[in-house]
Amino acid sequence: MTETEKNELFEKYNDRTHVYGRIACIVTLILLIGAPFVMGLYLGAMPSMPAFGKAFLAVGIVWFVSCIAEYLVYTPMLGAGGSYLAFMTGNLINMKIPCAVNARDIVGAKTGTPENEIISTLSIATASLVTVVVLALGVALLIPLQPILQDPALQPAFENVVPALFGAMAYKYFRNNMKIAVIPLTVMSLLFIFVPSLTSSTSFMILPSGAIAIGIAYLMYRKRYKVVANED
Amino acid sequence: MSILQRLNSPTMYLICGGIILFVAIVCVFFMVRAYRAGLAIGMDKTKMKRTITASATFAVLPSVGILLGVIALSGSLGTPLPWLRLSVIGALHYETQVAVGAAEAIGLSGLNASEMTAQAFTTIALVMSFCIMWGMVFSVFFNKRYLKKLKTPKNANTGAPGFGDSAMTAMFIGLVSAYIGSYIGSFVSGGAGGMFSFTGSWLPLAVAVIAGAVMAVFIWLAEKKKAAWVESFSIAGSMIIAMAAAVVINGLVK
Repeated sequence: MTETEKNELFEKYNDRTHVYGRIACIVTLILLIGAPFVMGLYLGAMPSMPAFGKAFLAVGIVWFVSCIAEYLVYTPMLGAGGSYLAFMTGNLINMKIPCAVNARDIVGAKTGTPENEIISTLSIATASLVTVVVLALGVALLIPLQPILQDPALQPAFENVVPALFGAMAYKYFRNNMKIAVIPLTVMSLLFIFVPSLTSSTSFMILPSGAIAIGIAYLMYRKRYKVVANED
Repeated sequence: MSILQRLNSPTMYLICGGIILFVAIVCVFFMVRAYRAGLAIGMDKTKMKRTITASATFAVLPSVGILLGVIALSGSLGTPLPWLRLSVIGALHYETQVAVGAAEAIGLSGLNASEMTAQAFTTIALVMSFCIMWGMVFSVFFNKRYLKKLKTPKNANTGAPGFGDSAMTAMFIGLVSAYIGSYIGSFVSGGAGGMFSFTGSWLPLAVAVIAGAVMAVFIWLAEKKKAAWVESFSIAGSMIIAMAAAVVINGLVK
């Protein structure tokens, strides 16, 4: 298969992905927003709109801003199929993003290529299905599982799922990119040391940290290709 | 029938389970399409199978963590709603925060079953769904244009590879740096003694360091001992060993 044929085939696939992705997102949105009202019919009490407005102003605005940032940052990482699925199934930072990045790395797919798009979609669909199955099993077995999962001796393990995940990912990515990692890591550590209350907003601190890392990577990229161009 | 019994009724499971089933079907559909498209463009079958295996093993432990979020919320909201929230769009760090915020905004003293009413519940459910839906909304309206714009090559004439790949890796390094920085900050200044008291919780930092060390061993096995298969399980393996170490360390410190 020639490169042009491959690209044509992939473009067709991608166009359909946008159609299916949009339909799936719209249906999911309707179901999710409709669910509290259907529950209201069953429970005999509809949501209170004044209380909803008040609650949205109190907690929703922050998440709206966070959603914009997440959308702008993560969509290019995930590609079309991956991003529709990831935004539909959630748990981006603590699962979908590291999972897709890890899969991409294992098979050596490059950002923006058809391979990356396919790998990212496969990875996020698999991770989402595993979550659905684990949660469904967990809910079905909630009574026998609850004493184990809530055993005080095991709590340190479950409370540290995210540090374990990022510790492993940190070694994997820092080892070959120390020049990029050292400044954001130092800046973030100092920020959290001097303003400890920021710990509760770690997910927001990803943006400045990511911006610093991208800035350094860009400077290194320009320097490298300036040197290559001069040699040529 | 108490409010919690009603929130855990079969009807509630049916409503939430139906939505989760729909999303699961969408995932299967996208997965099959992607696999077929991969084959059609000549991608290596082994690579795609490896992606599925690695992602499945990767997702198990974080999913158990998410299940704990369901259990934590089930005491006040019943089981079906947290099950739905954390299976569709939800995020572990988001749900509890928004549920508590919503409960307080509508006049409850907090998220507790004793004060819960049917109307408070449906309002909280609506707030939880509404506040985090924007990623999907933006995807519907902007995904195609946004991704197309990103794809436009700016350096087609320079011969240099695009910056996109480095940017994605850098963004991920930034993400990881923020979390590792927060563990360092929590340990150094997060304790009751205040700044530079070194009395904060050091366990997350220790767990991260152990997970990193175990990862180093896995990478060594994969690269030096040519055991490439360990790569698929390296993250899950590092996590489980580090989490087990957390239990041991906690037991020893006590």
